[in-house]
Amino acid sequence: MLEKALSGSNRYWAWIFFLLAVIGIGCIAYMKQLNEGLGITGLSRDVSWGLYIGQFTFLVGVAASAVMLVIPYYLHDFKKFSKIVILGEFLAVSAVIMCVLFIMADMGQPMRVANILLHPTPGSIVFWDVVVLNGYLLLNIVIGWTTLGADRKGVKPPDWVKPLIYLSVPWAVSIHTVTAFLYAGIPGRHFWLTAVMAARFLASAFSGGPALLILLALLVRKFSKFDPGAEAIQAVGKIVTYAMFANVFLLGLEFFTAFYSNIPGHMHPFLYLYTGIDGHTKLVPFMWISSILAVVSLAILVFPHLRRNENILAFACAILFISLWIDKGFGLIIGGFVPNMFEGITEYWPTLLETLITIGVWAMGFLVLTVLYKVAIAVREEDAAVEH
Amino acid sequence: MSMNRRQFLKLASASTILGVGAASVINNISNGSLEAAQIHPDPRALKAKRWGFVVDVSKLTTDEDYQKCIDACHDIHNVPNNPNPRHEVKWIWKDTYEHTFPNTAEDKIMNRELQEKNFLLFCNHCQNPACVRVCPTKATFKRESDGIVMQDMHRCIGCRFCMAACPFGARSFNYTDPRPNIKVENKEFPTRMIGVVEKCTACYERLAVGKQPACAEKSNGAIVFGDLEDPNSEVRKLITEKYTIRRKPELGTQPSIYYVIGGGEHA
Ligand code: SF4
Ligand code: SF4
Repeated sequence: MLEKALSGSNRYWAWIFFLLAVIGIGCIAYMKQLNEGLGITGLSRDVSWGLYIGQFTFLVGVAASAVMLVIPYYLHDFKKFSKIVILGEFLAVSAVIMCVLFIMADMGQPMRVANILLHPTPGSIVFWDVVVLNGYLLLNIVIGWTTLGADRKGVKPPDWVKPLIYLSVPWAVSIHTVTAFLYAGIPGRHFWLTAVMAARFLASAFSGGPALLILLALLVRKFSKFDPGAEAIQAVGKIVTYAMFANVFLLGLEFFTAFYSNIPGHMHPFLYLYTGIDGHTKLVPFMWISSILAVVSLAILVFPHLRRNENILAFACAILFISLWIDKGFGLIIGGFVPNMFEGITEYWPTLLETLITIGVWAMGFLVLTVLYKVAIAVREEDAAVEH
Repeated sequence: MSMNRRQFLKLASASTILGVGAASVINNISNGSLEAAQIHPDPRALKAKRWGFVVDVSKLTTDEDYQKCIDACHDIHNVPNNPNPRHEVKWIWKDTYEHTFPNTAEDKIMNRELQEKNFLLFCNHCQNPACVRVCPTKATFKRESDGIVMQDMHRCIGCRFCMAACPFGARSFNYTDPRPNIKVENKEFPTRMIGVVEKCTACYERLAVGKQPACAEKSNGAIVFGDLEDPNSEVRKLITEKYTIRRKPELGTQPSIYYVIGGGEHA
């Protein structure tokens, strides 16, 4: 089936080469990082994780969100998702690949990363994260590819994929829970030490991921003959709305606990992020943009008649996605490090090279996504041609 | 189709393994002196069930008192002097009361003398070290024999999870090549490479040949080193006699550095 990715319009190839060029630039920047060390980034002794780990965390959420299509379709036999579900599975594949690349980009000694397997340490959450992420990647590749292959032949998917599909549901929850545990079990980082961290991760994942999926589905329909289904898109829109409310609610809980308890260590990261401390305000505008976009997107999504207009829906999904990206891909990680362990403040801002590497990884993800979607679309277009 | 699928799966599994490092080099260089110390114990070696420190800051008065301890450590351990403060590497350093005990710093009317006092900070060699718990490669580990929290710079993958986890900011990462920033290299102690984490290792290499930690040796009695599990050790005597505090005890890591603030007549 992969050969379907090798024939396409000029526009398709222009997009592929554009992505390759961006990846190339990212690679050059990464070579510099490999030679000179992570000193080329904005990271420091005090803020030792930044953009890379933020992107990783955010993308684990995008990957996990495929489950929001799998559950209705496979568990509740919600037929309207029959076409869109493959888009979710392939989105998960490309998101996990980006996660892995971001982790590699963040390593001080990437050549030694096999040490995680050579010296397996089950007490470390990283070990489990590697296990669940790779397992999830495999599950989605196998499920997506097999069901699509069966679809192409016009037969039912083989029986052995069913158990894998059921397994992928708790597995999706596990990848984001384990990722939350990376942070939520650390003593002394007040911002992260919260029991609702995993719940918040899941809520933001189940709104941000499907929001991206809606945008992708609309694009697919625009640029190909494959229609994921207007009703399916509406149903996903509902999921986005509910999950986003849950996410904002959970964030509100964090604020209450921090400020009503009045414990300085718990309040400081929030103060740093939303008001700045002692003139250190680098992140403040972004956190406010994130909050405003969250509110606006909810104000739109909550009204079904607004949601039903696909242009408005797309707009709401786009700003919701940006809002969550800032909140989780950036604020969440930095807030854990500022103030530092001495209640001092070192600010973080990514460098140009770091940003280029980050964009390069995203381009890589989009390349994988494009190729997979191309195959899926080609198969579906064939099906459509046969039906008519 | 099946042919293609197989190819695709092959590709996929290859990239999966790549995800956790097919291309990685198995590190077979191990810390020579560390292993030697464990395999052929020197009869002079100092031993304890659990090493700990008592730091009496009332005995540290001038800047020089602090600097002597810091230099003693940093010189013999090839700790680079990175000019960029964001990339600073330090094993032991001087810091204010407010930074040392941030949870008590809200008190505006406390004893001025204490508030203006400086402290010597280094890895606490915690009994329940958070850094060890999170490390995915056992590059940082607690030595069962004597409780020292070790750091194997040849195994470390530089994920910096330990830096996120240590509540005491005891760890430094080599953001740049440390070697050009070492003034005079001590050939007896390994230098580090780019991209690994390092910290105080309680002078394990000196203990192995019967020497006290370098900072304690140069401290004029301000830093006392000994066995916390031995009721007759000097550290235990000091801890029973004097009022001591530890950093962030509420986090449960059980730091093995006890600070005597003392000096004043009520202490
Ligand atoms: S002070 Fe930090 S680095 Fe040292 S043992 Fe305790 S947690 Fe680990
Ligand atoms: S940076 Fe090194 S020592 Fe620290 S957790 Fe990672 S592998 Fe372990």
